[in-house]
Amino acid sequence: MTMSEDQAWLRPSPGLWRMRRAEVVTSTAVLAAFFGLVFLAAAGATAGLVSVVVLLALGAGFSWFVRRRYRAWRYQERHEDLLVARGVMVQRLSVVPYGRMQFVEVTAGPIERLFHLSTVKLHTAAAASDARIPGLELGEAARLRDRLTELGESMAAGM
Amino acid sequence: MTTDNPSPETPDDGWQRLHPLSPLARVGRLVPALVLLFLVSTVHSKAENGRAETDYLVLITLASAVYGYVHWMVTRWRFEGDTLRIETGLIRKDSRRLPLARIQAVDIVRPLLARILGVSELRIRVAGSGSTDGKLAYLAESQAAELRLMLLAGHHDPEVAASANTGLPMAMVTTSRLLGSVLLSLVSIILMGTVATLAVLDQFEPRTAAAMAGFLAVYLLSFAGVVWRRLSGQYAFIAVEGPEGVRIRRGLLQTISETVPYARIQAVRQVEPLLWRPFGWCRLEVDIAGATARNQRGEGTAVVRKALLPVGSQQDSWHLLARLLGAPDPERTPAPRRAKLKAPLSFHFLSAGHDGTHAVCVTGRINRATTWVPLEKSQSIRRVQGPLQRPLGLATVHVDVAGKRARAEFRDREVAEADRLVEELSELSRVARLSSPRSPVASDGTHGVPPSGWYPDPSGRHEQRYWHDGRWTEHVGDGGRRSSEALIPTP
Repeated sequence: MTMSEDQAWLRPSPGLWRMRRAEVVTSTAVLAAFFGLVFLAAAGATAGLVSVVVLLALGAGFSWFVRRRYRAWRYQERHEDLLVARGVMVQRLSVVPYGRMQFVEVTAGPIERLFHLSTVKLHTAAAASDARIPGLELGEAARLRDRLTELGESMAAGM
Repeated sequence: MTTDNPSPETPDDGWQRLHPLSPLARVGRLVPALVLLFLVSTVHSKAENGRAETDYLVLITLASAVYGYVHWMVTRWRFEGDTLRIETGLIRKDSRRLPLARIQAVDIVRPLLARILGVSELRIRVAGSGSTDGKLAYLAESQAAELRLMLLAGHHDPEVAASANTGLPMAMVTTSRLLGSVLLSLVSIILMGTVATLAVLDQFEPRTAAAMAGFLAVYLLSFAGVVWRRLSGQYAFIAVEGPEGVRIRRGLLQTISETVPYARIQAVRQVEPLLWRPFGWCRLEVDIAGATARNQRGEGTAVVRKALLPVGSQQDSWHLLARLLGAPDPERTPAPRRAKLKAPLSFHFLSAGHDGTHAVCVTGRINRATTWVPLEKSQSIRRVQGPLQRPLGLATVHVDVAGKRARAEFRDREVAEADRLVEELSELSRVARLSSPRSPVASDGTHGVPPSGWYPDPSGRHEQRYWHDGRWTEHVGDGGRRSSEALIPTP
C-alpha cells in the first residue's frame, strides 16, 4: 500500500568522504611522524622507516574501511516514515515513523563546519531508535529538518 | 487534623498543613543513627571526656527536632483550581504546582516509624520527569489514602474519587512462595554456599576459616542486604485492579502503594529464571512511560521498570497479562536451526511472533524472558545484521518502545523474513496507532481508556466497530446490521 518506494535512496554528500579522508590522513600522518621519530631515536633508521611504513599501510587500510562506511550511509523519506541505513560490519536499518518524532536536531562540530556539513538527528522516545544522518550539505540539512518537522507535526496532530 | 495550631484550615484560602506528628516521624528517621553514634562514642571515650560527646549528640537531636518543627511550620498545601500547590522552606522558598491532569502516579510510603505513628508519606510523580516531583510527608493515613484517590482521579471532588475506590484482587504473593523464590535466587545461593563452605572449613581449619570470613564479611553482608531488601520490599505483595491501572501494595517495614496505569504500559516482560522453572514460577515486569512521547518535546522520556508480580505461577502471570494487554497470544515461530551456530546458548529459547496488535519475543540464555510489546506503542522498527549473522543469512528485527531498555527482539530470523517483518511491523504499528481511539486524548498526556461501545470503524471498511475493554473487537456494524470482521485482516 503505502509501502511503495516514494523516493529513491538519498546519500550523504561526498563532502562526508572528504572529511573522513582528511581525518584519517591527518591522524595517520601525525602518528607516523611521532612513532617514526620515536623509533628513529630508540632503535635506529631502519626501525623508524619500518614503523612509518607499517603505520601508513594501516592508515590506507583504515581509509578503505572508512570509504565503505561512508558508502553504506543512505536514507529515504517515505510517506509515513524515514528510513536510515548504515554500517558495514553491523548493518542497521531504522524505520522511524514521522508521527513518533519528538524533535529534530541539527548539529555541526568544528570539523564538520570546516567542510560545510552538518548532522541531522531524529529523536524519538526510544533511546534505541538511532536515526542519525551525518554529512549533509547545509542546504540539504535545513531542507530535511524543515520537512521532518513539518511531517512530524502534521502526523502527530492528525492522530 | 490538628486543633491547637492557629488556623491550619482556614476556609477562605484552603491552605492545609501536614500532620502535626510529621516532625516526630521525620526526625525519628535519625534515631537509629543517633543511637549508633551514641553507642560508638560511649564505648570509644569511656576513659576520656565522654560527657562532652553525649552533649554534642543531644545538641544534634535538638537541632534536628527544631528543624523538623520549623519545616512542618512552613510547609503547606492546597488545591488551586486544577493544580495542587505545595509550599515549603523557611530560607529558600520552594513553591511547586502540580497540574492534576498531568499526575502520573501517586505512591503512599509508610516507613516503620510512620506506621507506628499512624501517618504516611505521599509521593506524587508528574508527566515529564522520572523522579518524585511532589512530596507530602506526613499525612494522616486516612487523609493520605483519600488525597491519593482524588489526585489519581484528576479531580478534587471526593465523591468522584470515592467511586474509584473499588477493585478486584488480581494477584498476590504468599509469604512462603516469596521466601522460596528469594532463596532460589542466585544471590542467596551464593550467600548460603559461601556460609556453608566457611562452616565446613571451620571444622578443619578454624584459623583459615576465620581469616576468610573476615575477608568476605563485607561481601556477605551486602549480599545479605540484597536478599533482605527483596524479601522486605515484596512482602505481602498484592495487586488490585483499579479503574486507572493496577494498584500494588507491598512491603514489610515500609508499605509501598503504587499504581501501574494501563495506558502507559510500553512493554511487559515475563522472566523465568532457571531455578524457578521446576516450580513453574515466573516474574512479571512492566515498563511504564513517565511521559507521553509526542508531547514532551525536548525532554527525555523517563521509563521505569516495575515488578508487576515478583513471583507467581504462569496462570497468575497470564491473568495479569490478560488484563493489561488483553491476553495477546500471537503464534510464535522458533529461529531457524542455523541460528544455533550464532547463539548456541540462547537458541533453545529463541522464538518470536506477532499478530495485528502485539509482538511477542522470547530471548534469554539461562533465564527465559518473554516480552510483549503493543505495536501501538512502537517508536521505531530496526533491522540489525551483525558480522556473525551475515554468513548465516540471519538478521534481528527490533521493535523499540519508549525508554532505554524496553524492546521486542525478533532475534536471528531469516533475512527474507526479517525484511518482511520490517515492512509488516511498520505498517501494523501505523494502523494500530491510528486505530486506537485513545490516541486523540493521548496527545495531551491525560488519557484514560474510552468506555466500551460503538465507535466509527478505524479501518473505514464498515460504519462502526465495537470497542471493548481497551481494544477493538471483530464486531462491526453497517446500517444497523451486525457482522464480524477482524480489524487487521489475517493474511
